[in-house]
Amino acid sequence: MVPADRETQDLIRRRTPPRPILLNTVRAFLVGGAICTIGQFFLGFFRGRGLPLTEASAVTAATMIFLGAVLTGLGVYDRIGRRGGMGAFLPITGFANAIVAPAMEFKREGFVLGVGARMFTVAGPVIVYAVLVSVLVGAFLWLLGAIG
Amino acid sequence: MATTITRTRRRGRQTISFELTPAVVAAAAVVGPKEGQGPLGDYFDVVKEDDLLGEKSWERAEARMLTEACRLALRKAGHSLKDVDYLVAGDLLNQITSSSFVARELKLPFLGIFGACSTFAEGMAVGSMMIDGGYATSLLVGVSSHHCTAERQFRFPTEFGNQPPPSAQWTVTGAGAVLMAAQGDGPAITMATIGRVTDPGLKDPLNLGAAMAPAAADTILRHFEDTGRTPEDYDLIVTGDLADVGKQITADLLERKGLDVAGRLFDCGSAIYEPSQGVESGASGCGCSAAVFSGYLMQGMLGGRYRRLLLVCTGALFSPTSYQQGESIPGIAHAVALETQDAPG
Repeated sequence: MVPADRETQDLIRRRTPPRPILLNTVRAFLVGGAICTIGQFFLGFFRGRGLPLTEASAVTAATMIFLGAVLTGLGVYDRIGRRGGMGAFLPITGFANAIVAPAMEFKREGFVLGVGARMFTVAGPVIVYAVLVSVLVGAFLWLLGAIG
Repeated sequence: MATTITRTRRRGRQTISFELTPAVVAAAAVVGPKEGQGPLGDYFDVVKEDDLLGEKSWERAEARMLTEACRLALRKAGHSLKDVDYLVAGDLLNQITSSSFVARELKLPFLGIFGACSTFAEGMAVGSMMIDGGYATSLLVGVSSHHCTAERQFRFPTEFGNQPPPSAQWTVTGAGAVLMAAQGDGPAITMATIGRVTDPGLKDPLNLGAAMAPAAADTILRHFEDTGRTPEDYDLIVTGDLADVGKQITADLLERKGLDVAGRLFDCGSAIYEPSQGVESGASGCGCSAAVFSGYLMQGMLGGRYRRLLLVCTGALFSPTSYQQGESIPGIAHAVALETQDAPG
């Protein structure tokens, strides 16, 4: 192996364009905001049809998951994600995309070793650490309650 | 007792000069729809209408593109499979299955090679040694990559909506094949410079152009040092898939070493797509240099636009396991010199 000298490394660092954080933030805001506005529309719609808030929220979440899954299947959500970044990944539609995309991709390896084993390759770590953090936060709150 | 080698084709530290210069008798490029829509779309022999080619998996589609490219190169030359001594092929997938499956179908004696995206030049160099050494009279070199097979192996499922950084590259869906022979018309392969593995210590698999740039610069410099040639001797110095970011770094590195390649540096990864096609820095994949050479550049040589090319294919030697374990990404570049009959001596 020929190790690169410091000058080469500096040159590479200078010439590698940084992520456009400001632009990405604006895009994430617009895309994420649009998705949430659609969600809000459904929430209002279901409440208007007489559902109480908790049930309306659950049905809205299910509707948004359905939409995210359909758009993934149609090959549209990856394009939204390319532009929207975290604004597309963070809402529940992004979670649907993170599960449906690998399920579609690895279906060719069969239902056990493909879909079953790899459906959570992207969402798995999110679920694991979300559960862990919720336990930690729960424990912290319980301690606060026990002391106070 | 050790035998003293008196005759050698070696020039300098890393370059070989062929005596019986193999001719590239025919070349064929088969690409996907996105490549067909790019600025070089008209130069490819076959542009597929969809990425799956009606197959049941991306992997099968990739192997079929390579099979078609090999058969088409043969047909263009008016040769048949029984005229061919070997298939030398490689791709990016684990255990290079695309190439093996092509070899299974073509039923040719098969040498599978892996040099990541440098595989095309590696194949032409190895093929030239075989022909010059008298071990083959005619052989096929074929290389393929597929955006979707590469995405699912190296990155994310294809439909997952992730946001790439500006340095990211889009893997080419395409295959290129060349038929090389000891005798025949077509550009001759006169020299090959075998590259060293160079590692600038980068760990980001979404910045491969930068990881490969020092290897490209190293091989280009070594070629000129070994041969005494200058960039003016070539119409183009063609790099494989550095894309915009890597190409700029390579140009800077060469300039720092006092090599002026202004206006002669052409990168297949920068040329194959329009910026508006949403590919960030440009293209990658071993199918990139293979298809651009077999389509665009070969036609340029046959049409007399280029008389002498230095084709430098660049590869990033990493796997999902290696970068996830925090290993840096080394690069490699192999060069072959191609010349038409009327190239200046």
